[in-house]
Amino acid sequence: MQRPIATTRSATGIPTGRLAVWWVIASEIVIFGGLLASYLMHRLGHPEFGNYAAYTNTYIGAFNTFVLLTSSLSAVLAHNAAEAKDGVKAAKYLLGTCFGGLVFACVKAYEWNYEISQGFTLTTNAFWSFYYTAAGLHACHVIGGCIIMLILYPDVKKGKELQRVELIGNYWHFVDIVWIFLFPLLYIAK
Amino acid sequence: MAEPAQESESHGAEDHGHGHDDHHQESWFIHYCWSTDHKMIAMQYMFTGMAMAIIGGFMAYVFRMQLAFPGIEVPGFGQVSPTEYNSLVTNHGAIMIFWVAMPVLIAAFGNYLIPLMLGCDDMVFPRLNRLSYQIFLISAIVLLGSFFVEGGAFGGAWTAYPPLSSKAEYNMTPLGAPLWVIAVGLEFVAFLLGGINFVTTAMNSRAPGMKMFDIPIVIWMIVIASILFMASVGPLIAGAIMLVFDQTAGTGFFDPDKGGDPVLWQHLFWFFGHPEVYVVLLPAVGIVAEIITVFSRKKLFGYKTVIFTALATGLLSFFVWAHHQFISGIDPRMANVFTVTTVLISVPIAEMMFVYIATLYGGSIRLTTPMLWALSFIFAFIIGGVTGIFLGASGSDIYFHDTYFVLAHFHYTFYPIAILSVFAGVTYWYPKMFGTMLNETLGKIHFWLTFIPYNCIFIPLFMLGLGGQHRRIWSYENFPELARPEYYALREFATISLVIMLLAQFIFIFNFFWSLKSGKKAGANPWKACTLEWTTDQTPPGHGNWKELPTCYRGPYEFSVPGREKDYWPQNEPEPEPEPSAS
Repeated sequence: MQRPIATTRSATGIPTGRLAVWWVIASEIVIFGGLLASYLMHRLGHPEFGNYAAYTNTYIGAFNTFVLLTSSLSAVLAHNAAEAKDGVKAAKYLLGTCFGGLVFACVKAYEWNYEISQGFTLTTNAFWSFYYTAAGLHACHVIGGCIIMLILYPDVKKGKELQRVELIGNYWHFVDIVWIFLFPLLYIAK
Repeated sequence: MAEPAQESESHGAEDHGHGHDDHHQESWFIHYCWSTDHKMIAMQYMFTGMAMAIIGGFMAYVFRMQLAFPGIEVPGFGQVSPTEYNSLVTNHGAIMIFWVAMPVLIAAFGNYLIPLMLGCDDMVFPRLNRLSYQIFLISAIVLLGSFFVEGGAFGGAWTAYPPLSSKAEYNMTPLGAPLWVIAVGLEFVAFLLGGINFVTTAMNSRAPGMKMFDIPIVIWMIVIASILFMASVGPLIAGAIMLVFDQTAGTGFFDPDKGGDPVLWQHLFWFFGHPEVYVVLLPAVGIVAEIITVFSRKKLFGYKTVIFTALATGLLSFFVWAHHQFISGIDPRMANVFTVTTVLISVPIAEMMFVYIATLYGGSIRLTTPMLWALSFIFAFIIGGVTGIFLGASGSDIYFHDTYFVLAHFHYTFYPIAILSVFAGVTYWYPKMFGTMLNETLGKIHFWLTFIPYNCIFIPLFMLGLGGQHRRIWSYENFPELARPEYYALREFATISLVIMLLAQFIFIFNFFWSLKSGKKAGANPWKACTLEWTTDQTPPGHGNWKELPTCYRGPYEFSVPGREKDYWPQNEPEPEPEPSAS
């Protein structure tokens, strides 16, 4: 399909793709914002949530935070390479980011497996419901981001559509920041 | 997508001849069902929305018949059981807002008008646009499908308050309730995708020379509405996930027994639900603004005022949601705050109506069919707005809450939005969409046979509401004070008016299809309007809209400019003396 002229115009001075990704992120912020605000309202009304939160494993959470932040570094390096029109290098760093996402998801799977085996499931009580829903929605975003990066990989490697490296990077940083909010709220605050 | 990105290029780069004429023969399926052309997607949205309007209207007919003549065999449906009644009123509300007002006002008019009025060849993300429609279509199929599952369609009201919506033992629709929430969720996703496309297109893809304040009002309104939608729907998407988990997985987000809170849903729902009113209202007032200016042959009175009032309305709409919850056990001090904000929001909207009336003042008014619809919008919406003041004040709302007064009030806002302004828009842009003129006589008959019965339906309902008639009751036979013959007379009058109004829609359907074949040729600019969509080379516009994309020189409403021979001045007409262009 041929790209319409409309897509190449830029009355704001911001490239169309970047503008759209910012709007995507804005709408995502409101989705997570709604979920987290609901959680916070519950949390303030139910001090006993702290006791349940004590069962979460802060070390695993901290490790995952580290993994996700490192993968964001790789996304920045990919962007740098794309700016320098080095598609091969950008693609390599994209794979690095993707690998970070994969590690995050695997650690999450192990963690949840352990917690479920301990009897803390989605339906145990409102804290665990929020825990699995919020972290689960976030994990879906991580996996979705990885899939998008794999789709972008072949084109980027050939040096085509390099602006997309920046766009997926923006999205990835957003996913990262959501986790920065989730980690203290679900793990640390006891 | 083989061609390399040129995203950082700006206006100058687009003069090169564009290869849009080379589109080869497409199969029927690709052309009508898989198209990425914004005009075709607009048509898909419009026809789906109209089909859903017929379904929603039929539902209204069935439950109004039951209310006026309890226990009757409704022709075309049969007896209405209480469960069916609940599903019908629930889905009538949901369909009319989410599957009629949203797709037609925002998606159909947005898709059709944004590229044409901004002077570009398509939306910025055509394939995202197609995906948006496909998700929307799936959501409509899921919703209608829920009528055929075991237990029937969801009947817990379109607001879906838990615990009624979250527990199958209360709502008795174990499959219908989750399907309903999923359908609404999918619909939101479709409009988020569409909204991103609309906002980005309007921000980035304007014709060279078109400044912010050269954009036609209707585009401003659709864009502000899309942003409002994006900013308000998130919490409800989160809420919908929680509600589906409550329904299917056994969580207790809204269940006090498990540490949840049912009022949380009300907050999440109305934090979206109230801005949603303005999401559909703003495009409607935008359409009306276009039509009123064109048929008054006068510059819009206070173009910037309308835009700033729309922005003010949008901002205020985030601070009014709890006026739906005055009897949900809300703190009376909070109720006071929300009363103030609610009454405050009527200020910008009233200002907008005054602007329209001021535009009419002293104009050479032409009472064409679209103009009649636009004027009727103002009439009906003022009644809707004024009755809203009573409901916004927490003191009187405690009496009015959940009576037919509320119902009549919001039908005096939503009906002008979803029906009157849509007919205004369709009759106004029909010549551009299909290349022929609608029959004016049939159009006017249809208008009067819709508008008069419409008032006859809802004015009696105001009276019944003041008389204490509660909403969502299947039959009033068990309420002696509500089963009095005077009350039944009003109910029957409303129902018969509804039947007349619904039958009158066949005139429109006939006119629509008859004019398609036998209507008089429209030409490029039948209404002598100034905006860019009337300047296309072909009518209806072909693929790519223009052979050479237009340049914009002035604002959209330059009517009756002194010293000019013609009384309109199209946006793309260069200045008489060559001036250095500012762009």
